[in-house]
Amino acid sequence: MIRLEKRPTPSRAWNIGAPILAVVLTMIAGGVMFALLGQDPVEAIRVIFWDPLFHERFAAFSRPQLLVKAGPLILIAIGLALGFRAGIWNIGAEGQYIMGALFGAAFGLALYPSESPLIFPAMVIAGALGGWAWAMIPAILKTRFRTNEILVSLLLVYVAEAILASAATGWLRNPEGMGFPGSRDLARHPGTDNPEVIAGTGMHWGVITAFIAVIAAYVLLNRHVLGYQIKLAGQAPRAARFAGVNPGRLVILCLGISGVLAGMAGLFEVSGPAGQITIDFNVGYGFTAIIVAFLGRLHPIGILLAGLLMALTYIGGELAQLMLGVPASAIQAFQGMLLFFLLALDVLANYRIKRAREVVA
Amino acid sequence: MTSPLFETIGLTKAYPGVVANDDVSFAIRPGEIHALLGENGAGKSTLVKTIYGLVKPDAGEMLFKGTVYAPSEPRAARAAGVAMVFQHFSLFEALSVAENIALGMENPPKPRDLAARITEVSAQYGLPLDPDRLVGDLSAGERQRVEIIRCLLQDPKLLIMDEPTSVLTPQEVEILFHTLRKLRDEGTAILYISHKLDEIRALCDEATILRLGKVVATCTPREVSAAEMAELMVGKSLSRPARDAGAPGEVLLHVGGLSVTPASPFGTPLRHIGFEVRAGEVLGIGGVAGNGQDELLAALSGETRVPPRTILLSDTPVGAMGPNKRRALGLLCAPEERLGHAAAPDMTLTENAVLTARVRQQLDRHGFVDWGSTRDYAAKIIERFDVRTPGTEVAARALSGGNLQKFVIGREVLQNPKVLVVNQPTWGVDASAAAAIRQALLDLATGGAAVIVISQDLDELLEISDRFCALNEGRLSAPRPARGLSMEEVGLMLGGAHDMHEAQPEAAE
Repeated sequence: MIRLEKRPTPSRAWNIGAPILAVVLTMIAGGVMFALLGQDPVEAIRVIFWDPLFHERFAAFSRPQLLVKAGPLILIAIGLALGFRAGIWNIGAEGQYIMGALFGAAFGLALYPSESPLIFPAMVIAGALGGWAWAMIPAILKTRFRTNEILVSLLLVYVAEAILASAATGWLRNPEGMGFPGSRDLARHPGTDNPEVIAGTGMHWGVITAFIAVIAAYVLLNRHVLGYQIKLAGQAPRAARFAGVNPGRLVILCLGISGVLAGMAGLFEVSGPAGQITIDFNVGYGFTAIIVAFLGRLHPIGILLAGLLMALTYIGGELAQLMLGVPASAIQAFQGMLLFFLLALDVLANYRIKRAREVVA
Repeated sequence: MTSPLFETIGLTKAYPGVVANDDVSFAIRPGEIHALLGENGAGKSTLVKTIYGLVKPDAGEMLFKGTVYAPSEPRAARAAGVAMVFQHFSLFEALSVAENIALGMENPPKPRDLAARITEVSAQYGLPLDPDRLVGDLSAGERQRVEIIRCLLQDPKLLIMDEPTSVLTPQEVEILFHTLRKLRDEGTAILYISHKLDEIRALCDEATILRLGKVVATCTPREVSAAEMAELMVGKSLSRPARDAGAPGEVLLHVGGLSVTPASPFGTPLRHIGFEVRAGEVLGIGGVAGNGQDELLAALSGETRVPPRTILLSDTPVGAMGPNKRRALGLLCAPEERLGHAAAPDMTLTENAVLTARVRQQLDRHGFVDWGSTRDYAAKIIERFDVRTPGTEVAARALSGGNLQKFVIGREVLQNPKVLVVNQPTWGVDASAAAAIRQALLDLATGGAAVIVISQDLDELLEISDRFCALNEGRLSAPRPARGLSMEEVGLMLGGAHDMHEAQPEAAE
C-alpha cells in the first residue's frame, strides 16, 4: 500500500522538480497516444517541442510566434496569480481582455485618421481602464454584497463577448469595409499600431510589458508589504485580519490589477497580432492564462517559463497538425495531459510518498 | 493482582528527525484509571494514536486481553473495544446531539431508539444531556459529554481521554470525575492524559511518565507529591514564576459598555463589558472557552471594530481603529489559535515575525519589507524565548505547539507593549515552557505594562493575576483581588457548573 505523509516543510526541490517531471511524463504519455494514432511518437514529440525552435524551414516563422503567443498569456497570468495567491478567484480574465481591447480600440478609432504618436500610449491606458472597469464589477459586488467572484467574473465573459459581437458588426465596424464585420485595421494605421520593437523577433510592446510585469510581480511578492499581505490572506485569512489586512481592499486591489493587465493584453493583441476588432479576435488567452498561472505555480518566474512552454505547445501543435496530420483534438488532449500531470505531481511538494509496511509482529 | 487488560511492549515509532516513542512498555489492568503524563513532545499523542489505530508503530507490539492487538484504523480499534475522547471535539454545531452521535457509529439504531439509549446512558452515568438539542447551543462541558456518551454507547473496555478537563469549570470537573470513577467501578479501564498534576493525584490509580519518547518512571500518584511528578516529567526542578509586587500605576486601558454581536450564529455576543487595567498590573479573565473569549480578543485587537470610546488606550479612543493603528499606539494581542490566527502555518518564522511586528519594530521602509532586520528580530525572539527550532527559515507548522507559542508571545513581548492581551497563553504548552511564558508576562507587568490574561486554566490565573474576573456567556464579572480567592469562589464567579442541579440527584442514585 502507498500512503501520503505530510511534509513538515514544503519541499523546495519538488517545487521546481514537479513541473519538469510533469513535462517528461507528458512526453511519455503523449508519445503513447501518438503511437496509438499511428504516428512515430519520437517524431511527433520532436515536431511539437523541437521543430518550432530549431527546424531550418519553420523556425524563422515560429520562433517570433513564441513571444507573440506567450506575451499575453504571461501578462494575464501574472495578474491572475496575484489574486489566486490571495484566494481571490478571477476566472473572467477573458472578459477583461475583450473589454480592454474594445476600450482601447474604440479610443484609437475615435481619433481616426490622426497619426499622432500619443495615440498608442493613450490607447494602452484606455485598454487598462477597460479591463479594470470590467474587473471592478465582480470586485464591488463581492465586497458590497458578498457575491461569488468566480461566478460573476466568469459570466461577465459572455456579456463581454456579446458586446464584442455588437462592436464588430455594428458600432465599431469599418465604414470602408464593404459590409464585412470587423473594425478598421489598427495594426496597419500609423498611430494606432503596436509594432514589433525589434523586427523579426515577435517582440511587440505587449511582450515587453509582460516582462516588466514579471519583474514587478516578483518584487511585489518578495519584497513589498502588499505582496506579503496577498500571500498571508491566501494562506491564513484569519491571521491576515489579525495582521491588519483589510480583506475588501485586497479584493479590489487584486481584481483591479488582474483587470488592468488583462485589459492591456487585449489592447496589445488587437493593435498588433490580431490587428483589428473582429467577432472572434480573442482566442481564449484569458482562460489559458489560468492554466499558465497554475503551471507556473503562481510564481512570476514560473509563469514566465510556463507561458513560453504553453506557447510552444500551441505552435508545435499547429506544426504537428500541418506536418503529420495529427488531429487538433489530439493536440488538446496532449495539453490536457500536461495540466493533469502537473496538478497530480503538485501533491509531492507538500506530501511524501511512503510505502506502508505490514505491521511488525 | 489481576492480569493486564491492555499492554504495550517495546513500542517504537520514529518520525524524520525525532523518535516519538522509544521502547515504550506499560500495562493497564481492568478497572484502573491510568494516567499518561508528559510534557508536550514527550510522545503522549503518538502513543495514544498508536493505540487508537491512527499510527502504525515501527517496532514493538500491543496486547489486548492477552491477544496481539494491531488495529489498522480507528474502526478496528473501536470494534476491539477501545474508545477515545479527543481534546478537540469533532462535532457538527448545526446538528442535534443524537444526530452527531449517530454519525460516529458504525450501525446507528433508529433515531427514536438512539435518543432513548442516549437518555438512558446519560442518566446512568450522571451526564445530563438532551438528545434533541443543537450542539451549537451547548457549552464546552456539554459538548464533551456528547463525545463521552458517543464512546459509552459502544460499551468500551478501554476508554482514552485526552486532556479532558481543559475546557471544564471546577464543578464540571467534579461531575466528570464522578462519571469516570463509576466507569472504573464497572471494570472499564481508562487511560487519562493530562498535565494537571493535582487532578491526576485525585483521580488516577497508576501513572506512566514519558519524557522525550521514553518511559522515565511509573508511580502511584496518591503516594507522591505533585512537585515530584513534575520533576520526573520535566527532568529538572521547576521554578514558580515570581515578581516584586509594586503599586499599580495609571489606568492604561479602559473598556466600557463594550457590546458586540457575533458575526457567526455560533459565536457568543459580548454584553456590556467594562474593566480597567493599570500600569504594572495583571488582570486575569477566567472562563470556559466559548463564553466570549475569542470575541473579546478580536474587539481588543481591532479585528472587530467597535464604537471609538468603548476602548480607551491612555485616554485615546481606539475602538474604531484597525489592528496596526492600535499596535502603533502600544496595544498588542496574542490570540489563542496559534496556527492560522497568531501565525501563518506555511510561512517561515521570519515571515511570521513581520506579521505583527512590522509597525512597532519598523520592519519596512517605504512599503518594502526589510527582510534583514526582520530576520534579526525573529532570531532575537528565538534566542530570548528559547524557541527550539533549527533556524528562522522554518515553517511555523514545523514547530511544536509550545515552541510556537513561545515565539508568538515573544514576538509581542519584545515589542515593548503598553498593554498586552493574551488569550490562553499556555494552552497545550509543556510545564517548563508555560513557566517561562508566565514569567515573561510578569516581567512585562513589572516593567510598567498592563497585561490582560484570558485563560481557562484557573491555577494559572490565580498564580499570576493581581485581579481576577470571569467571563460567562459574554458577561464579565466585577474584578476581585486574586490573592485569597478560593476555587469555590472562582467557580461561583464563573457561573457555576452547567446543569449542576440536575446532575446532583442522579449522581446520588
